[in-house]
Amino acid sequence: MSKSNLPPTQFELEISDDLKTEEMTLSMGPQHPSTHGVLQVILKTDGEIIKSAEPVIGYLHRCFEKHAENVTYHQVIPYTDRLDYIASMNNNLGYAIGLERMMNLEVNERAEYLRVIVAELNRIASHLIALGTYGLDIGAFTPFLYVFRDRELILDLFEELCGARLLYNYIWVGGVAYDAPQGWIDKVKEFTDYFEPKIKEYNDILTFNKIFIERTANVGVIPPEVGINYGVSGPSLRGSGVNFDLRKDAPYSIYDRFDFDVCIGKGEMGTVGDTWDRYWVRVAEMFESVKIIRQACDAIPEGDAKETVPRNIKVPPGDYYMATETPRGELGYYIISDGGKNPNRVKVRSPAYSNLSVLPAIAPGVMIADLVAIIGSLDIVLGEIDR
Amino acid sequence: MDATVAFFYDLIPALSNLPDWLSYTIIGAVLTVGAFLFIAVFALIGIWLERKISGHMQDRLGPMEVGGWHGWAQTIADTVKLLVKEDIIPEKADKFLFKFAPFIMFTASMAAFAALPWSARFIPANLNVGLLYILSVSSLVVIGILMGGWASNNKWSLYGAMRSAAQMISYEIPVALSLIVALLLTGSMDMQEIVRGQAGGIFNWNIFGYFPLLFIAFIIYFIASLAEVNRTPFDLPEAESELVAGFMTEYSGMRWAFFMLAEYANMFVVSAISTTVFLGGWQPIAPFLDFIPGPFWFLGKALFLVLIQMWLRWTLPRLRVDQLMYTTWKVLTPFSFALILLVSFIKVL
Amino acid sequence: MKEYFRNIYQAIATILIGMGVTLRHLFTRAVTIQYPHVKRELPSRSRQKLFVNMDDCIGCLQCARACPVDCITIENIKAGKDEDLGVTSNGQKKRMHVIKFDIDMAKCCYCADCVFPCPTECITMTPDYEFATYDRGDLLVHFSQYSAEEAEALRERDRKEKAALAAAKEAKLKAAAQAAEKKDKKDN
Repeated sequence: MSKSNLPPTQFELEISDDLKTEEMTLSMGPQHPSTHGVLQVILKTDGEIIKSAEPVIGYLHRCFEKHAENVTYHQVIPYTDRLDYIASMNNNLGYAIGLERMMNLEVNERAEYLRVIVAELNRIASHLIALGTYGLDIGAFTPFLYVFRDRELILDLFEELCGARLLYNYIWVGGVAYDAPQGWIDKVKEFTDYFEPKIKEYNDILTFNKIFIERTANVGVIPPEVGINYGVSGPSLRGSGVNFDLRKDAPYSIYDRFDFDVCIGKGEMGTVGDTWDRYWVRVAEMFESVKIIRQACDAIPEGDAKETVPRNIKVPPGDYYMATETPRGELGYYIISDGGKNPNRVKVRSPAYSNLSVLPAIAPGVMIADLVAIIGSLDIVLGEIDR
Repeated sequence: MDATVAFFYDLIPALSNLPDWLSYTIIGAVLTVGAFLFIAVFALIGIWLERKISGHMQDRLGPMEVGGWHGWAQTIADTVKLLVKEDIIPEKADKFLFKFAPFIMFTASMAAFAALPWSARFIPANLNVGLLYILSVSSLVVIGILMGGWASNNKWSLYGAMRSAAQMISYEIPVALSLIVALLLTGSMDMQEIVRGQAGGIFNWNIFGYFPLLFIAFIIYFIASLAEVNRTPFDLPEAESELVAGFMTEYSGMRWAFFMLAEYANMFVVSAISTTVFLGGWQPIAPFLDFIPGPFWFLGKALFLVLIQMWLRWTLPRLRVDQLMYTTWKVLTPFSFALILLVSFIKVL
Repeated sequence: MKEYFRNIYQAIATILIGMGVTLRHLFTRAVTIQYPHVKRELPSRSRQKLFVNMDDCIGCLQCARACPVDCITIENIKAGKDEDLGVTSNGQKKRMHVIKFDIDMAKCCYCADCVFPCPTECITMTPDYEFATYDRGDLLVHFSQYSAEEAEALRERDRKEKAALAAAKEAKLKAAAQAAEKKDKKDN
């Protein structure tokens, strides 16, 4: 990897040759508290300063794509749950919409609104985990439990809606698995009212804490062009100030009906594209999600959400690439159909995978503690990287 | 040792009939066992308190099952578990150093107990350089950590050990300097002398002398002592999210328990020092309360500081190594120098 | 210099704000419950342990086909012409002896895909989540109401019937072939 087009790193030290000490190779992971799963990073370090970082993935490989070729179109949906297990609704959504577009299927209005509500709720839940675990990476334990307290309420809502708390299998081709039970929409509204003030609490205890800012601002800067070159997407790219959100740029479902802003990093605490910016984009996006949920809850029509769910999924031969905006970025499903019962191929473009790939480019020159901060700010989920 | 011996002779007159060498040995043994028991009990209670406080701060309850009332016996159960746990020593570890490190660390923190003044009459060893003695033995802790981290033959442990060496040596300086500010007032290194100088209620305590100069010195000491005992936000040697468990990574069972004991003993020692030097030691809050015995005040104040340490731990994130160094060399040290200058200036005037 | 003191001020102020938050929480009620003593009531849609009401099962195999992980094993024997197995609660006639209906809860992925296609709504997910076992084999749940002997007897009967059918078919074929042969001969 050439270093010429990369930004100058923070701790680039000029050491004369006779003072050079031996580099140490350090295997960080796959069993390590802050690699967010079973990621291994091979580090070459000079003291605390990292010379190179090379992610090693594959410890959680579960053959999703091969599985998908051997089960029917509908049976793939529970498998998509298990890609990014923190934001399962969003995974379901991309796959379902992809197939609907291949089949030219019109989806019931109520189902569309329910989909948006659950996808945004799930986005909040996912960002909450990103916040909490990020605090944990930086060393603050308490915010982690606060975000879990609030995420729990979202999971309770999901449990009431579809019976599952983590792997929902809720968004189906042509609609949703269950219509909302009586009073559920009101509960969602109640939740949004409860939740919005809580964000201030996270800000008080973590976001604007001076130590937290010191640890995250100006660290792990991803310049916009580097981010784009490496295929970074989602909040990690928006943190670098690139206005790219598939909900706005290539609207799917009914996202074009809602009024919300795309949050981008502005470098309030340091450089544009540092870890604090990526973190802050997630916090700001939670506000936007709350906004979308409120609008959707007010506008949701009556009707039968399962009306347009087909009994048999018959996909005409052909292929389609469907990209949706999950909490981690652009999740793409490339589906090839040969007209049979099973998909011929389902290729997943995993956002966390591309986001992680930028790590070797920005890691050299930072400290070990910063590397933890960088990995945390990319908000990776190994279930999706390894599939 | 005269005051202590006299104290014991008063307590048990029969002791004075024994030959000197025997009575001295008995008193020494009793004090050592007493200190050990105190540390053990304090660690048990401290860990339980830490769990409960962190639990309630995080909207949960902490341990609730073992022992019935709010899980009071949880740490006892854990200790029993640690005692019977297999003692794992890595194959490529330096076995002698590996086994030895926890004890050095524990001994160093226990040695400091010798010079803590518990009440007007009871201090295990009434040295006339008590403060200096405590400062020097408590910095031995770093040797235990270095040994443990090096001997583990684990890169994470080594990082923890190196960080801790850098951190503790740097933070010795603001610790010592901020104590010097108080010493300028008292003019003595004798722990009892320092406490006696603060008689007469809360406003005669050193912390309020030359207000706010010594208050700042107290804050500096408190922050630096956090780093001395590896507590958040300065818990870099352990740094769970970065170094797994730092120098303790390879330790398990009994030896790990000794590290834990030493950590809590250290927490108490640094709190006890700030109690003695800044918060009036065993002096009551107001003179008319002096019917309550001295150890109550001493323990109460020290525990209060320990609680604040816990409170900070469950609030703050962790600093980075360079920021840690920035804090001590560019903030704490200059400030304490300025304080020394100001206080001595005022004193001369 | 100004920056330096501002940093110190900010550090102290934000730390105090954070300490305020944690102090406030120290005195608020915990949100957790003491699980084995206090249990949360799960919503009725909750997807936990699978349950099959065998009185309603008609052995149509739809659930087994829908399962993405193949955790349902069903074995059916056709009922005899004179046998009456009753009707399900929604009025469907049962035509099969379901001699084996095993669900391996260790394999189950709790997607509830099996629940939807069931024509008699006999397979359901229940809110019962406390079924941890010491042995993985204990998670294999047998739902069939037929005892092992009964099942074996039915299998035996089925084998015989099938053999008889096959024999009859063969005989028929043979007869047809003979007839054809005869006809051929006649024609020649």
